[in-house]
Amino acid sequence: MHLAYPAVLAVLLFCTGLYGVLARRNAILVLMSVELMLNAVNLNLVAFDVWLRDTLHAGQALTLFTIAIAAAEIGIGLAIVLLVYRNRGSSDIDRLRDLAERPDGTDATDHGAQPQPDTQAEAPA
Amino acid sequence: MTLAATAAGHGFLSPTGVEIAFLLVGIATLGAAVVTVTTRQLVHAALWLVVTLGGVAVEYLLLTAEFIAWVQVLIYVGSVVVLLLFGLMLTKAPIGRSPDADSGNRWAALIVAVAAAGALVWVVVDAFRATWIDLDGAVQGSTQSSGRTLFQYWVLPFEALSVLLLAALVGAIVLSRRAGEGKAPVAGLRNVFRTSPAPAPREDQR
Repeated sequence: MHLAYPAVLAVLLFCTGLYGVLARRNAILVLMSVELMLNAVNLNLVAFDVWLRDTLHAGQALTLFTIAIAAAEIGIGLAIVLLVYRNRGSSDIDRLRDLAERPDGTDATDHGAQPQPDTQAEAPA
Repeated sequence: MTLAATAAGHGFLSPTGVEIAFLLVGIATLGAAVVTVTTRQLVHAALWLVVTLGGVAVEYLLLTAEFIAWVQVLIYVGSVVVLLLFGLMLTKAPIGRSPDADSGNRWAALIVAVAAAGALVWVVVDAFRATWIDLDGAVQGSTQSSGRTLFQYWVLPFEALSVLLLAALVGAIVLSRRAGEGKAPVAGLRNVFRTSPAPAPREDQR
């Protein structure tokens, strides 16, 4: 088999996942796109392992490790997404802007719960 | 091996059966992947992801990596997609079409993805234009050979990976416990994740 077939397929899968990571808004869809990118890398690893006929089978062993790490990553990622949803009522990554850096240098305080009690407490004192 | 291999019977114009099967399954896989990242129905995206991952498993089989293929079916299709569906349900994802599935920077993302795809395809095709995989010999990734190499040469990473999975398990449990029903560690988490912890000590000072 020509090596370009699996390599080109892996490239296209990776770029599809890249588009999904950049364009999706729901955090779980972003996790799906990350899975696509990881699968592209796994396909490359397996193809090059079969091509090189590695005696240690480094590519296939690394693919197994990557699959296990992807399972761990999806577990932790979903736990974080559920926690964010429970606290914010939304899993849109466009709305999670608490760590955003504003051009004028002020802190990003979208929800506004933190500064208001401070000013009210400072004013009578 | 550039022209000699071409003269020895390899070529684009006379593809073998494995190449044709790989190409067809690859087209189906890529189409399912594109639908996964573009559909507006969130549950359908997860179901198309099943098709994509199954197609990649078939590609592993065509590359004679049997063990990886079945691991792919077991772990990705069996557990990761189920986890994703549970996540979609638990975050109350809309069942029908959701108009805000894509963010506003979709066109920038499309430009970046197409540019990356063009550059990478050009480089890969140019680099491996005259390289062929020899699939005729012994099976490369049978369960026997995979297990032998895994437990002869890769034992230490394998054990480290088990520790990592344990850490991920503990982390997921700690993260997903509801704040308030636990004792000390969850109380610490509750303080971290509370939205407005600042006014409480200030009232104590007064």
